[in-house]
Amino acid sequence: MEDKNQGSESKPTKAITRRSFIRGAGLSTAGSVLLTTNALAFAHKEQLVTGEEYGPEAMTIKMKVNGMMKSLSVEPRTTLASALRDHLELTGTKVVCDRGSCSACTVYLDGKPVNACMMSAFDVGDKEITTIEGIAQNGELHPVQQAFIEHDASQCGYCTPGMIMSCVHLVENNTDPNLEDVKNATRGNLCRCGTYPNVFKATLAAAKKTI
Amino acid sequence: MNKFSWYEAKSVEDALQQVNSTVSEQLYKHTDKASIFKSGGVDVFDWVKEGLLKPQKIINIRNIPGLDKIDYDRKKGMSIGSNVTLAEIASNPEIKTNYLALHQAVNHAATPQLRNMSTLGGNIAQRNRCWYFRSGDHDCFRKEGDRCFARHSETGENENHAIIDNGSCVSVHASSISTALMAFNASVVILNSEGEKKKVAMDDFFVTAAKDIAMENILQAKEIITEIILPAPSKNTKSAYIKQVARESYDWSLGDVAVVLEVSGNATCRSASIVLGAAAPVPYRSMEAQQALENKTINSENALAAAEAAMTIARPLAKNGYKVPLFVATIKQAILEIS
Repeated sequence: MEDKNQGSESKPTKAITRRSFIRGAGLSTAGSVLLTTNALAFAHKEQLVTGEEYGPEAMTIKMKVNGMMKSLSVEPRTTLASALRDHLELTGTKVVCDRGSCSACTVYLDGKPVNACMMSAFDVGDKEITTIEGIAQNGELHPVQQAFIEHDASQCGYCTPGMIMSCVHLVENNTDPNLEDVKNATRGNLCRCGTYPNVFKATLAAAKKTI
Repeated sequence: MNKFSWYEAKSVEDALQQVNSTVSEQLYKHTDKASIFKSGGVDVFDWVKEGLLKPQKIINIRNIPGLDKIDYDRKKGMSIGSNVTLAEIASNPEIKTNYLALHQAVNHAATPQLRNMSTLGGNIAQRNRCWYFRSGDHDCFRKEGDRCFARHSETGENENHAIIDNGSCVSVHASSISTALMAFNASVVILNSEGEKKKVAMDDFFVTAAKDIAMENILQAKEIITEIILPAPSKNTKSAYIKQVARESYDWSLGDVAVVLEVSGNATCRSASIVLGAAAPVPYRSMEAQQALENKTINSENALAAAEAAMTIARPLAKNGYKVPLFVATIKQAILEIS
């Protein structure tokens, strides 16, 4: 997973995850290798150039995700959320409303939170994507992630990755957030379980403040 | 979403050569080979996901150089490029200082994520909000259908709909930012494929449903918004914006008000610009409220009189009568925030 060799394709993870186990790891891994190897042969076509038309069939594009350059075969109608989940197997990003209303699909585009469900994979270009999988560093949870565990800030879990993305962005860009700042940061993140009070507590705790 | 090809436009001229239709045209009368613009893409993808918009080609204008600038000049005023994001407007200090109501409106628009994606041009050109209009299962007037589902006195779910100018379509314009832009007498700069540029006042940019049921603005297929211009405020210009929503976190407007006043030393209103959002199918300038307030002292009594004057023409539907007192209170409050 930690393939730092940018420019080459990264290998699909070999670790057995709950998801790969359920789906049948062998088949999905073989498919990914075939796809990415094929992509290398057309490496020169992987960057979109202005004044040109692409698609509608799938083509191989490059995308920098969590610090690694990935190649993937997508159509212009493939959303970024689908590209991450279905093509790169980064299923931490959730799709719930699929209309930009709930922000479960929040990822960073050049460091700014966006809804991956409401943009095309072709929109990414040379910008860098960060997903929930890229928040923990060197096996260590981000303080916000740790605080979510300690403050029980997750119930059913569907909103949690997007919620954490919003809260991490806040504490990384505001060294002294107050409750109103946390509310503002999470205004787009819908939690059907209503676990907002614990989300606020966890985020302020991670920023070393208490309510 | 249907399959479509993707054209990466390199300039406005290049984009105008590629385009052959607008979202409005396609929603009203679908054609097979539509090439349409998208910038931030939030509204366009919403329609494509619903299956109501089936473009053959999407022309990505988001990366065209030169459309992402904010320029302020004390004499000329403010120019905001059509590809400037809502987040960039929200964080611009000159907009906060000189156009406070716009700053407030942008900060209350959508979510932090959507403000990072959405562009100003796309925001003012987005289509109206009405769940029947935006539903693939309801062929309403705006989609060449034969009825208005929202208007129906028993089955119509019209609590969010228009109370003014609602004789034709009862949907409301979705851009609360346009409420503030119109109050500042902003203009939209539009370039066409012949290379001609025109500057259109916000008051003339929007098209009422009574005039043309298929459109909400004047944009034609071979036209593109390049910038939005706001005249320079005088030192006596003061503004306020208030948006009422059902949820504290974020929501579509139930009613929003932008007030821009020229105020002389003794708290007298010399000129008033008062615009209502989510009241009509287009952002609605209340001449009634403006006339009621001009040359009057700004106080509670006169603010209420202006607010009540604005609502004299309101004709609520079965389920949105609450909007009348909501607007009276909100207009009054916005005026008094300035005093």
